[in-house]
Amino acid sequence: MSNINNLDEIRKIINQQRRWDLAFTVAGVIALMIAVLTFIVLFAHMLIDGAPRLSWDFFSSFPSRRPEMAGILSAWVGTTLVMIVTALSAVPLGIGAGVYLEEYAAKNLLTEIIEINISNLAGVPSIIYGLLALGLFVYQLGFGQSILAAGLALALLILPVVIVATREAIRAIPVAIREGAYALGATKWQTVIDHLLPYSSAGILTGIIIGLARAIGETAPVITIGALTFIAFLPPSPIKNEFPFLSFEWLMAPFTVMPIQMFNWVSRPEEAFQLNAAAAGLVLVVMTLAMNGLAIYLRYRMRKTIKW
Amino acid sequence: MTKKSLNEASNVGKLGFSFRRHLHEKFIEFILFLSATLSIAIMLAIIAMLLKESWVFFQQVSLWDFLTDTQWTPLFDDAHYGILPLVSGTVVSSLIALLVALPLGTIIAVYLSEFAPFTVREMAKPFLELLGGVPTVVYGYFALLFVTPLLQIIFPELPGFSLLSAGLVMGIMIIPYVSSMTEDAMRAVPMNLREGSYAMGATRFQTAIRVVMPAAFSGIAAAYILGISRAVGETMVVAIAAGMQPNLTWNPMEPAATITAYIVQVSLGDLPHGSIGYQTIFAAGLTLLILTLIFNIIGHVLRKKYREIY
Repeated sequence: MSNINNLDEIRKIINQQRRWDLAFTVAGVIALMIAVLTFIVLFAHMLIDGAPRLSWDFFSSFPSRRPEMAGILSAWVGTTLVMIVTALSAVPLGIGAGVYLEEYAAKNLLTEIIEINISNLAGVPSIIYGLLALGLFVYQLGFGQSILAAGLALALLILPVVIVATREAIRAIPVAIREGAYALGATKWQTVIDHLLPYSSAGILTGIIIGLARAIGETAPVITIGALTFIAFLPPSPIKNEFPFLSFEWLMAPFTVMPIQMFNWVSRPEEAFQLNAAAAGLVLVVMTLAMNGLAIYLRYRMRKTIKW
Repeated sequence: MTKKSLNEASNVGKLGFSFRRHLHEKFIEFILFLSATLSIAIMLAIIAMLLKESWVFFQQVSLWDFLTDTQWTPLFDDAHYGILPLVSGTVVSSLIALLVALPLGTIIAVYLSEFAPFTVREMAKPFLELLGGVPTVVYGYFALLFVTPLLQIIFPELPGFSLLSAGLVMGIMIIPYVSSMTEDAMRAVPMNLREGSYAMGATRFQTAIRVVMPAAFSGIAAAYILGISRAVGETMVVAIAAGMQPNLTWNPMEPAATITAYIVQVSLGDLPHGSIGYQTIFAAGLTLLILTLIFNIIGHVLRKKYREIY
């Protein structure tokens, strides 16, 4: 008799604990829903406000005092040019640093300092990079408030992302590949350039895309170096008619970028400008989502297809 | 030519080849070494630049005034240089953000790592990653034009700019960082710990809370620290939605500037290089860097101390 009572008791306890399980599952789904719903509401709100403004004219007009005439031409051109500078400087430096730390570096104090330092750099607020760029690039090196200064500032910002992605991608390659190359007489660099980098290229590319997506949306460091918000002209064209056909004047040109243009419109009291901000935000979000989505897809495909 | 001298000649050739090859290798290694040490150079440059301009600033403003004055009005005729109003704005907005991000982020991480079916996890993880990729200026727009009007329905006296709405949106923004790092830490806990716990008759919830979370403590602490330094350093959301007026207050319903918002405000104007206004943003930046470095060091210590090795 007491045995059965005991069993009931135990069943009660088990059911009680199961209820906790259920409660937590519900809490988990709710928490996830809050994050998901926020994003959906954010996107929908921008879509409703901004979509009517999206037209060919919006992409091909300069900013204007009249909201219905204003566009993002100088902003998207500026963003594109800044991203070119960022990619050209962050990618080689980041891959170089990643390869060195993974394949060359001895296990010593200096290496450990570099590693700790990279993780610290990733935690430094982006606006601090803006202050560095303001003091160093804009004034000390005399680049002025130019595309070059902004591109380099963002390059420093995304350098840790590229380094970490490179290291992880190279680390995933089995040692046997390296041993095979060495056995055939390849030097370290030949092993890196002919085998390790090609095999890790998808992983590195994923990191580069994520880094650039972050750089496109970064506003604070670019504001700090003093990018103008009202730019009604384009930087000089990089292609010229006469020899040598390429010009680098655009590097030194004043500019504005997408997030700054959006910030400028958001901070105006007139509602018409805020509709422009929604439209610019929509373009910005679609751009970063597409890049992040591409990175996620690449990683997914890599996991599926590469089996060492 | 005899056979011997032929052999010698080719050996010399080989030696030359291997010497050049060696030189080439060393040269490349040196270049790669330089790009790796660049990260140290960047850190040193950041510290040097902030210290250099702040040094000039502290020639004119005493450190005591900077830390105790309750007004921050560097651009007025009657200039006061007390960092406290900016610190209070930063602390209040970060606290609100963390009150949102840490619980929700942790619950999501525990759910995805221990409870969710495979398909839910495979769908949710990339989605959260996408959320983390949305530019912060877009979140600022959302806070100012959607969340603030929504909150004004509940609290009619809420002004157009407030720490509350900036903090809430910042919290939502930080969730993906916290949840993905926490989840990674929990998934790194070996399966046999869970199996041992289940074998003793523990439920999923008990296993998650009493076995997996303590085992993953160092990683979870690192995730929280990252969340904190994100909140403290976040710029655009507060600059757009919390206003840019320095205001010594602990009340989240008021508008106030954070350290970062002040830097943005000054940068938007046209301050001459070398003026005291120009130097204030470096002093403010130095304060911000010290705050985040303290958190990073705490995180590093926690990670070292509580790291479990399996």
